[in-house]
Amino acid sequence: MQELINRAKSLLESGEVARVLGWRKGENVWDVEPAFFGNVDELSDFVYNGFCGANLSKYMIEASKLEGKTLVFLKPCDTYSFNQLTKEHRVDREKAYIIGVGCEGKIRVENIDAAGILDVIGADYPGHAENLTVKTLYGDKEVSYKSAMLERCHVCKGKEHMVYDELMGESTDTIDADRFAEVAKIEAMSPEEKFAFFQSELSKCIRCNACRNVCPACSCRKCVFDSTKFDSAQKANTTSFEEKMFHIIRAFHVAGRCTDCGECSRVCPQGIPLHLFNRKFIKDINELYGDFQAGADIDTKGPLTNFRLDDCEPDIVTKRG
Amino acid sequence: MLKIKKSDLAALFARISEKNDLFLPVKTAGKTNFAAWDEAADVDLDTLKTVKSPKDAFFPQSENLYTCNREDGKLKVSPEKLTDEPFVLFGIRACDVRAIDVLDRVFLSEPVDSYYAARREHGIIVSYACNNPETSCFCKVFGIDAAVPAGDVVTWMVGEELYWEAKTEKGEALTAQVRDLLVDADVATVEAAQAAIRSIIEKLPNSNLSLEGWGAEAAKTRFDSPVWEQLYKPCLACGTCTFVCPTCQCYDIKDYNTGNGVQRFRCWDSCMYSDFTMMAHGNNRTSQMQRFRQRFLHKLAYYPANNEGMFSCVGCGRCVDKCPSHLNIVKVIKAFEKEGV
Repeated sequence: MQELINRAKSLLESGEVARVLGWRKGENVWDVEPAFFGNVDELSDFVYNGFCGANLSKYMIEASKLEGKTLVFLKPCDTYSFNQLTKEHRVDREKAYIIGVGCEGKIRVENIDAAGILDVIGADYPGHAENLTVKTLYGDKEVSYKSAMLERCHVCKGKEHMVYDELMGESTDTIDADRFAEVAKIEAMSPEEKFAFFQSELSKCIRCNACRNVCPACSCRKCVFDSTKFDSAQKANTTSFEEKMFHIIRAFHVAGRCTDCGECSRVCPQGIPLHLFNRKFIKDINELYGDFQAGADIDTKGPLTNFRLDDCEPDIVTKRG
Repeated sequence: MLKIKKSDLAALFARISEKNDLFLPVKTAGKTNFAAWDEAADVDLDTLKTVKSPKDAFFPQSENLYTCNREDGKLKVSPEKLTDEPFVLFGIRACDVRAIDVLDRVFLSEPVDSYYAARREHGIIVSYACNNPETSCFCKVFGIDAAVPAGDVVTWMVGEELYWEAKTEKGEALTAQVRDLLVDADVATVEAAQAAIRSIIEKLPNSNLSLEGWGAEAAKTRFDSPVWEQLYKPCLACGTCTFVCPTCQCYDIKDYNTGNGVQRFRCWDSCMYSDFTMMAHGNNRTSQMQRFRQRFLHKLAYYPANNEGMFSCVGCGRCVDKCPSHLNIVKVIKAFEKEGV
């Protein structure tokens, strides 16, 4: 971590960057927050550890409007989002100095089932322990790092950064699950089972919009769900159908652009596995148009915004069942 | 003091629900929230904090106010029926009970909110002491004792038994309905449990947070502080903090087009949203910094200014747990303390 701070300091001092976008330590080890650092002194609160799951790419939309370059620290998976935002002309590559940071899988306090957590030891970077020692008011507890990991890390896209100016730190393999296994499980359900599954998950939704607001693919200047000009603008559901509508519309809107960064599921206060919607679209796109990873580069036309003579016909919907 | 075995709680809930609708913490798809009881409900009294607070019971996230329909060329207006049946809210924590006091001062002062008042009149609160306070809790700061919640009936889980004590007339009436299921109990056992809870509360990192400088005067002294500018930046402008908060009480009124009529409903609003309090002339808060400041000054300055110094935060810590960017009222209070402004 100190190397990251030192590098940020030298880039700030040389005037190459005007500010630093990273993570700031919280009151506890686990409540790290995304933060802008305007000067060298502020960097004393900079932190990079296992709890730095937040994807900083979307903050670059605002940073792109500011004077001078912003040094931004991106984990491998965050760089896909940055590329996608560049492709959509929402961030300015020229305004970013990207340090690709190593990642050993990120964890979240919600996945550590211990009351009264005072401290979590072993989540430091680099070289975190295989097991975390969780200090609590009710005694110490050991949990495995893997069990505390974000879902996205179990199906990690890889250790490579898709865009960067320089790289710092090492990444490790964290993948231990099949990315599409959960989707396949739902696909195998009967229509009644599918409905019951989504009903029980989505009826927890409180329409806080955290999933939308954190989503790097949701970067419209004015969301249709915020516009007073349409009946779609609601802060709460008038019917039990509405929460489903909100999430399904959102999933359609980000289809082909969603990089599967998993932020939606990370931030949902009700623990709804929102990434499954997006991953269903990704799986279908892969099957129908060939493997495609949004954000892998800034040039390739997305399968849903491109036309090829051998594209599947609309009747594929009825043919596939 | 009365008590009942934990294993007999299903019978207690069944009995309560004979004469009252019963709402209590229920686990659905992995998360615990207040929900209506039935025999199939996965009742969860172990989770300290429900994701949403129980305020829905009195002030639902979304509720119809009235419906307009066109019938035979005439406009028919049908107001929503007010709650007129008793219901029991079981398992409310001390902070959430205090939060109802906060809401009362808003909804029960003139002009009285009839929808809220009807629910308050018919609602019976069975509170539940906190056995395992968490590090995000800071209710003590607001003078709340998690070992002795307020409520019509107060309960404590000690080992495998639930202790029960009626505190009000409503509570006595409810106790009478279930009296034969309860047996007389020893006060000393509960007192020992209370002492254990209080000793944990003392160890919580934020139990002795200083509120110096907050209150009515902060509206003037802290409004223009540069600290807000440093604090708000990670805010995603989502409504998580406001929707999980037991005291946030702002709402919006909207019309839903039903095709041949209008359903007028109100729903929780969030001061974090860009269209909050938007009027014909536009919006009176134009930046996220202003919206962010509004939320905390409402809790720590504006509300106390109108309510004899009472804060509208109860230290439940849900925002501490749930903010996607890990911003929260504790960080705000500490940031001002650090800056000495």
